Amino acid sequence: MSTVVLLTATGLGLGALYFLVASGLSLIFGLMDVLNFAHGALLSIGAYATWWAASGHLPGAGSGGAGFVWAVAFGTAVGTVAAMVLELALIRPLYERPREQVLATVGVGLAVPALLSAVWGADARTFPGPTALSGTFGLLGARIPVNRLVLIGAALVVLVALRLFLGRTRHGLVVRAGVEDRAMVTALGIDVRRAFTLVFAIGGAAAALGGALGGLYYGSVDPGQGTSLLIFAFVVVVMGGMGSVSGAALAAVGVGLVQQFANYYTASGLGDLAVVVLLAALLLLRPHGATGRLA
Amino acid sequence: MTTTIPVPPAAAVAPVLRLRDVGWSVGGATIVEDVSFKVREGEFLAFIGPNGAGKTSLFNLISGLVPAGRGSIALDGADITAQSVPARARRGLGRTFQTSSLWPGMTVADHVRLAAQAAGGGSYRIWRRAGAYAKAVGQVLERTGLAHRADALAGALSHGEKRKLELAVLLVGEPRLMLLDEPMAGVSAEEVPALTELIRSLHRDEGRTVLMVEHHMDVLLGLADRLAVMHHGTLLALDTPRAVMADPTVQQAYLGEAL
Repeated sequence: MSTVVLLTATGLGLGALYFLVASGLSLIFGLMDVLNFAHGALLSIGAYATWWAASGHLPGAGSGGAGFVWAVAFGTAVGTVAAMVLELALIRPLYERPREQVLATVGVGLAVPALLSAVWGADARTFPGPTALSGTFGLLGARIPVNRLVLIGAALVVLVALRLFLGRTRHGLVVRAGVEDRAMVTALGIDVRRAFTLVFAIGGAAAALGGALGGLYYGSVDPGQGTSLLIFAFVVVVMGGMGSVSGAALAAVGVGLVQQFANYYTASGLGDLAVVVLLAALLLLRPHGATGRLA
Repeated sequence: MTTTIPVPPAAAVAPVLRLRDVGWSVGGATIVEDVSFKVREGEFLAFIGPNGAGKTSLFNLISGLVPAGRGSIALDGADITAQSVPARARRGLGRTFQTSSLWPGMTVADHVRLAAQAAGGGSYRIWRRAGAYAKAVGQVLERTGLAHRADALAGALSHGEKRKLELAVLLVGEPRLMLLDEPMAGVSAEEVPALTELIRSLHRDEGRTVLMVEHHMDVLLGLADRLAVMHHGTLLALDTPRAVMADPTVQQAYLGEAL
């Protein structure tokens, strides 16, 4: 029983991490038809910026209490700005040229980890988290690491915020309509490019937050973290339906849980395979994703 | 949406729309050739002609979907020949399409709300609530008879309701000029009278300026102030329905065989 509880908590924590990456990826693909292979790099930027700040380089930031919150906010902000720069400088000039766009994001996805390892080394760096978050608590006989709760809580907040944004704000309305048919939004006289930058900023913020909190989950940051998470985030996006935030949340939880349980009860490494099998099965049964509808 | 726009005497105002020698060719083939006409405020002008006569192409030129190769287009006296589709839409030029152009996964109210905020334009405050346009949205849904379907998904509407929703999307933007491209296409016979009545009322009661492409002559005869006959990309005739029907050139070129 305690093993099941622990595996569930860890699976949900991992799912939360996948969701933070996949939600932005899904919105970007749904609205702009851009496969953003640089999304993992945004996560890495958020992770390293948080690590850099929490290690005492940013005044006021540190590894404990309010200092750590400030460091996470800083990391998220850096990731958001990076995402907006990426959209404005690289994606926007390449509209109507999807092949070049993919190549450009792949390039950034490769260049950022290389740059990070050139500056801070290829080895994992210990992530300085608050002691309050590095402990465990008891639940139904299991010892659950506290940081799992932090991740799950953050993902829930992001999910609710995204749904409120999409459902209740005027820009959310533009994004939803753009996901369904972009040309019609333009025909109404709306400049949909501003929605593009906004969606990139939102996606970048979520991914960078994922990076900052992923540091807690893994206990360290390394240049390859974003890239390996990105693969599963893509699986989540396809499963959840392109452009669907709720679908992404559902799929992220499924993928995280399947991976944890399969890794524990079969052989280590089979969890990843199980996820791919799950994806194949879902695509055969529901070719348009789990929900097939936005938000 | 119940306010009546007074129609000033025709001579006193600049035409809402003015085309001068407008032409468009694709790869050497002329699609629209030397089309010139004026539309005054509150007028209803209908375009007829066989398939491929250039009616929809002319609408594409006016709305900016394709750039005019020759000639000039002016809206309310301002030259819009070089302007983009969104820029023309912001000037008050609204159009519907031959095929349904809605977002099937969004509700009826969402459609009108989005159109309302598109027309509201200007400010880009992120957290301004979508409910800010609730009043205008409610009025337009009432006007088009869609109020009871406000929360239905557009994909679940009948063809007639979809056409009404497209009109609602146009209306909430208070367009100066409405271009309706075959609004009866795909609509079931039972729904045609109500839709015709709605379009008639927009013109008669609200004084809206309308350009419409339509194949159903019986629909047009009670609606249009003037009929424009297109043939091989040119404007063959432009006059009152009665005069057009009596025109021997028109009868010879088109109506003789079609009616």
